[in-house]
Amino acid sequence: MAEVARPATGPSPAAPPWVSELSWAWVGLVPFFIFALMFLILPTGLLVVGGFQDSQGHFTLRNLLDLFQPTILSSYLISIKVSAASAIGGAVVGFALAYAAITGGLPRWVRPTLMTFSGVASNFAGVPLAFAFLATLGRTGLVTALLVHVFGFNIYSIGFNLLSFAGLTLTYMYFQIPLMVLIMAPAIDGLRREWREASASLGASTWEYWRYIALPVLWPPLLGATLLLFANAFGAVATAYALTGSSLNIVTIVLYAQIRGDVLHNQNLGYALALGMILITGLSNAAYIWLRGRGERWLR
Amino acid sequence: MKPRRLGAWLLIVFGVLYFFVPLLGTFEFSLRLLRGVYSVAAYRIVLADPRFAATVTYSTVLALATIVVGVALVVPTAYWIQLRLPRMRPVVEFITLLPLVIPAIVLVFGYLRIYNSSSALPLTGSARTTDLLLMFSYVTLALPYMYRAVDNGLRAIDVRTLTEAAQSLGAGWSTILLRVILPNVRVAVLSGAFLTFAIVIGEFTMASLLDRPAFGPYLQLIGANRAYEPAALSIISFAITWACMGFIQVFGRGAPGQVAGAH
Repeated sequence: MAEVARPATGPSPAAPPWVSELSWAWVGLVPFFIFALMFLILPTGLLVVGGFQDSQGHFTLRNLLDLFQPTILSSYLISIKVSAASAIGGAVVGFALAYAAITGGLPRWVRPTLMTFSGVASNFAGVPLAFAFLATLGRTGLVTALLVHVFGFNIYSIGFNLLSFAGLTLTYMYFQIPLMVLIMAPAIDGLRREWREASASLGASTWEYWRYIALPVLWPPLLGATLLLFANAFGAVATAYALTGSSLNIVTIVLYAQIRGDVLHNQNLGYALALGMILITGLSNAAYIWLRGRGERWLR
Repeated sequence: MKPRRLGAWLLIVFGVLYFFVPLLGTFEFSLRLLRGVYSVAAYRIVLADPRFAATVTYSTVLALATIVVGVALVVPTAYWIQLRLPRMRPVVEFITLLPLVIPAIVLVFGYLRIYNSSSALPLTGSARTTDLLLMFSYVTLALPYMYRAVDNGLRAIDVRTLTEAAQSLGAGWSTILLRVILPNVRVAVLSGAFLTFAIVIGEFTMASLLDRPAFGPYLQLIGANRAYEPAALSIISFAITWACMGFIQVFGRGAPGQVAGAH
């Protein structure tokens, strides 16, 4: 935090000139706060309040309890499963990729190239991504057809289905892996070469280096980034909607249907559904911010 | 050392495959419209569809408006934080990160509730005002990226000295912002702008729920009804994403020379 020199504590006679200046300075932020109120805080706040109201506007916890009915609960659970699987898969592969590109002794062009491609791939999500995976791993997709052709092996005959948990997870990983690469690269840069050399000269094996040095330093950013990926997948709508239509009932798709046509037949239950989503992404982001703060102590 | 490097190469090869195979699959699929031969017929059909031109134009105009409004909102705010209210930095940064915490579908749900046609501010009442609402929702979506980019740009220059120099030459606030600060952070603003463009151009959830004729909902509609054209559209929108990221790289490279002038 770059602190600007400010008349700090000390004997302050009457009102020093910077007080009036400070009160005027607030005016500069008014447009931003009006925007934040109108498009972030009030709309979200109103949904949260709505989640605690019945149709007459009285306070109730009924909606929140109703979230535990089997259909809604299962939509939350499958969302959490897909988000967790794609976050963990994306985190493992993304970290390995970033680590290989940065410390694997590869030519110098590998790293900037990987970064550029990651920037592109992490932004290639939504409807087009769903089409890409349908064209690749769908029933008549390129890879499906190639596997049948070359190996006489149909992935659909062993129970694979793109329009399922596994398919959605695989598709999400297309943007999760590059996102992980982008987030973790700075943390991997922070692993000093001397640490590895010092541990090796003291006789530590690769396993011991990871167990006692690298992982203790890296786990906060690793876990934090995984949580960020989780929240990222949890809020996604377009990819899943274009891929599976409404055949896979993840919570964002239920909410989408609710907004379009009140399928739950209860407006306030819809608000509670949104409230539940905010709670889940909010918690995982809060944990991310906390972990990031911890990680920064070592990785400087 | 040898097996270590081999392992690294294998990982990179895996990454390359994961990245390119779906694109290759999509491209191959997009050429299959005519039975038995590869052709660009699907692209021809897509490009000839008037709805394609209309939705792409709509989304492009919306993206440009989003960028202008986003820059007008973020640059003065970040500048003011840097210059006068550094104590407010954590609060403002926290707010700019909220769109990453609150899913887009929840935000738009909130907008539909607060700005519905029977509310005090019925933005969803007419098509024009709904466009306005959609633009503001995109400003919100892009806020975390735009703010990061601009804030990084402002940290790299000496805002205080530039401001005082401009003031001593008699410049007012609008001159300082438009002719001194903005040119000095234009690299950062451009990278934020292209990222915004990449996000807005194919966005589905908000446009669809606000029921506006944007490119994202059009993509989805074609996807639900056609076989080969969606693949062609995917390739086109991937090219747009690439172009945006390419521009960020190209302009980003000019950065050091740019900002060095400020010191």
